Amino acid sequence: MNRFAELLDRLAYEPGRNNKLRLITAYFRDTPDPDRGYALAALTGALSFKHAKPGLIRDLITERTDPVLFGLSYDYVGDLSETVALMWPKSSPLPPRSGGEGSGVGGSAANSSASQLADRPPTPDPSPPRALRVEGGERMGHNNPPPPTLSEVVTTLRTLGKTELPKQLARWLDELDETGRWALLKLVTGAMRIGVSARLAKTAAADLGDKDAHDIELMWPGLSPPYLDLFAWLEGRSEKPVNRDPTPFRPVMLAHAIEDADFANLDAADFIAEWKWDGIRVQAVTGRDERGQIQARLYSRTGEDITKSFPDLVPSLHLQGSSKSFAIDGELLVLREGRVQTFNVLQQRLNRKAVSPKLIKEYPIHLRAYDLLDDENDLRELPFIERRARLETFIKKLDDPRVDLSPTVAFDSWEALTAARADPAGAGAGEDAEAVEGVMLKRRDAAYLPGRPKGQWWKWKRDPHLIDAVLMYAQRGHGKRSSYYSDYTFGVWTAGEEGDQLVPVGKAYFGFTDEELLQIDRFVRRNTTEKFGPVRHVVHEPDQGLVLEVAFEGLARSPRHKSGVAMRFPRISRLRWDKPPREADRLETLERMLKADSSITAT
Amino acid sequence: MRPQDILLPAPAGLSCKPGGFHIDPVRAVERAVITHGHSDHARPGHGAVLATQETLDMMRLRYGENFAGSTQAIAYGEELRLGDVTVKFHPAGHVLGSAQIAVTCKDTCIVASGDYKDASDPTCTPFEVVPCDVFITEATFGLPVFRHGDAADEVKKLLASVALFPERAHLIGAYSLGKAQRVIALLREAGYDAPIYLHGAMEEITRYYQSRGVELGELRDVKGMKKADLAGTITLAPPSATSDIWTRRFPDPVTAFASGWMRVRARARQRGIELPLVISDHADWDGLTATIEATGAGEIWVTHGQEDALVHWCKTKGLAARPLDLVGYGDEDEHEALPAGEAKA
Repeated sequence: MNRFAELLDRLAYEPGRNNKLRLITAYFRDTPDPDRGYALAALTGALSFKHAKPGLIRDLITERTDPVLFGLSYDYVGDLSETVALMWPKSSPLPPRSGGEGSGVGGSAANSSASQLADRPPTPDPSPPRALRVEGGERMGHNNPPPPTLSEVVTTLRTLGKTELPKQLARWLDELDETGRWALLKLVTGAMRIGVSARLAKTAAADLGDKDAHDIELMWPGLSPPYLDLFAWLEGRSEKPVNRDPTPFRPVMLAHAIEDADFANLDAADFIAEWKWDGIRVQAVTGRDERGQIQARLYSRTGEDITKSFPDLVPSLHLQGSSKSFAIDGELLVLREGRVQTFNVLQQRLNRKAVSPKLIKEYPIHLRAYDLLDDENDLRELPFIERRARLETFIKKLDDPRVDLSPTVAFDSWEALTAARADPAGAGAGEDAEAVEGVMLKRRDAAYLPGRPKGQWWKWKRDPHLIDAVLMYAQRGHGKRSSYYSDYTFGVWTAGEEGDQLVPVGKAYFGFTDEELLQIDRFVRRNTTEKFGPVRHVVHEPDQGLVLEVAFEGLARSPRHKSGVAMRFPRISRLRWDKPPREADRLETLERMLKADSSITAT
Repeated sequence: MRPQDILLPAPAGLSCKPGGFHIDPVRAVERAVITHGHSDHARPGHGAVLATQETLDMMRLRYGENFAGSTQAIAYGEELRLGDVTVKFHPAGHVLGSAQIAVTCKDTCIVASGDYKDASDPTCTPFEVVPCDVFITEATFGLPVFRHGDAADEVKKLLASVALFPERAHLIGAYSLGKAQRVIALLREAGYDAPIYLHGAMEEITRYYQSRGVELGELRDVKGMKKADLAGTITLAPPSATSDIWTRRFPDPVTAFASGWMRVRARARQRGIELPLVISDHADWDGLTATIEATGAGEIWVTHGQEDALVHWCKTKGLAARPLDLVGYGDEDEHEALPAGEAKA
């Protein structure tokens, strides 16, 4: 466990991709089976312990510390595992009072001269200097058991019943140091968040045997921890493992956001364009198991099996005749009378545990296909233009009302595509234009590559709306931003009883760079006019204050907001240090945008 | 006498009406009594300033000769009558010259401790517990997640990294006043005797520490050094400089930051720190709570930092406690930690 903890700790601070790879590969090289396999499983998110819920860890810490202090600490640190690792009381269980060890007056006893204290009673409790204090159990007594190994932790967690778990976890937490506790909690809750993607961990494993990470991706769905066969192959001790899953998930191909400058280097003739639908990306996979039974699965873009949430789509994913498999990449949408509904409507069907007949009827689910990854054979090596042709034939043959083809957008120049993107309704999307959030550009010759390969797929979202608003209130953020004022309420001008006043119109938590965050944080701290608990009122006068350029996707009427409007997906796009607050936008501007928005929706 | 008749929070800072002065005022006042030299506590433009000789010297270095109308130096343990109160200075262990100020009026004693730490520090007089009726404490690290450990262990971690990467330079972000000198002194205590390099911005204050008898060994200005010659060396710089283009003069630098904030991973990651060093000039949670108990004070006033948690803790111990809600403190750290480029903003 200690080596694994050390690895996680170093990874958490290492910014460079190559250095991360080197650290992980070195760990795989130096660590024996099965520990390294469990580490790979942990890094790729392949481990889950059904009883180890954050709630359990919360219970453990609240039994041992003051709940108010825990709450404040958690709010500050923003990460449950880290908070508990730092707060975990030193070895003796359930201490009667916190801060019991030492008075913390290290070194003072020798220096306080008698004359200074002559007129005062002596210091109540002369205590050992601070150096003798035990720090968070880091220096363990000789009678403490050795900390557990990673395999021990994983195998114990797998077999342990729900009732024994809290005691076992507490025992480990007592045995480990702060970093060990942190790593253990990260492991059991499965929320690593150390800046290592599953892809990176697999690449590091591939590096161990000078193999291609792509090969590991392809066989991955058939492997399971602790990956003895994988490591044996990587070390040249055995044959390549094969995938026997009849409906494996294929890692998805992702697009880069295109910037204006990119077009100069791209030739319109090399690309095919499609509408970018505002639904969720899914992979529909059908195959036959060993007994020839048909199996259909629906995966999210991260490979999560979401079949159970959409039972109404499964019958549509049937196999024709004696064919043995297919895999479609597409968008999950709700269609009513042939019209694509907005994401807000689709949302009613997401993250549902139980799917009622009523829900199925009111929110009919639909698959809009844009790629074919498998049709009897793996098609991913083929150029997109060929896969697209196969897809068109396939969809025609499937002939199912719940599955259709995502149409291409005709264009012969970037100007033509710009026009189409600005007016999807007029460029073929027709009544579905509302559910279009931009266009996708795919190279005609692009193979289907997992991850985000450069220059193959681009997403070009519709221009966001922009307004200049004034920062009014700031609140500390969570997680990574927990000690910064990173949640901002902003407002625009409107006529009030005593002249113009600012009315809050939204809140934004992101969009700024780390450096801009520091700048705003500093501005907030320097220009606080009042504090209300975690909220700071920031100066917002016509000539004093900070103007934020806010980008957002859309507007809606909202009785919940004082201003009467609510923004969709607002974020800070620029800091306008140059602009005095009096020049920020007015509520009337938003109302005009609202009218323009609804007129588009209405056509 | 009620404590709030002696000291009261006001827009300018803690005001002592019967004594006719403010403690660490954030606005210019007629008479100021100042705990220590950090810029959020020691500001220029007051009529008269009472502080330790070191604090006065630091203000002079920072603000120039005319930083106040008049000044008066006071030593630790020295008592002075001001109006209807007496003030007495005691070491706070925070930085060189830092003091707690005991204000006594009739039979009531209030101690304003400014910033303090109870951990050992070779560069300043150790913190001293001053028994009192009301203790005013900071709460910079007033959450039980802040346990700072032994600074010597952090320096060991740094030296291990220097040994591991002899081809790289180690660049340590440290606040110019206090932290930098403490890190240097700790490095010397750990047996590191090579020259230590300094960013220009901390040269003057560090020389001042040396002039006050703090042993720091051989120090060199990093300016003008050849890049290759900085391999395997240690340089101290203000935190803002470690994320600046200024770092390009170093060979593949390992960026470290010596601060109590480094206990929280998100803080270190946010700043792109590769080697967080948990070395603090403020008391940690255990230090704050132990000190509060040791003063024997029945009433605790909590100033800048995580007031809520500390106030809550005091109440669970049966102590009367309240936050003072003073605005304007605790910003020295933030100020120095910002990238240099944004000074324009």
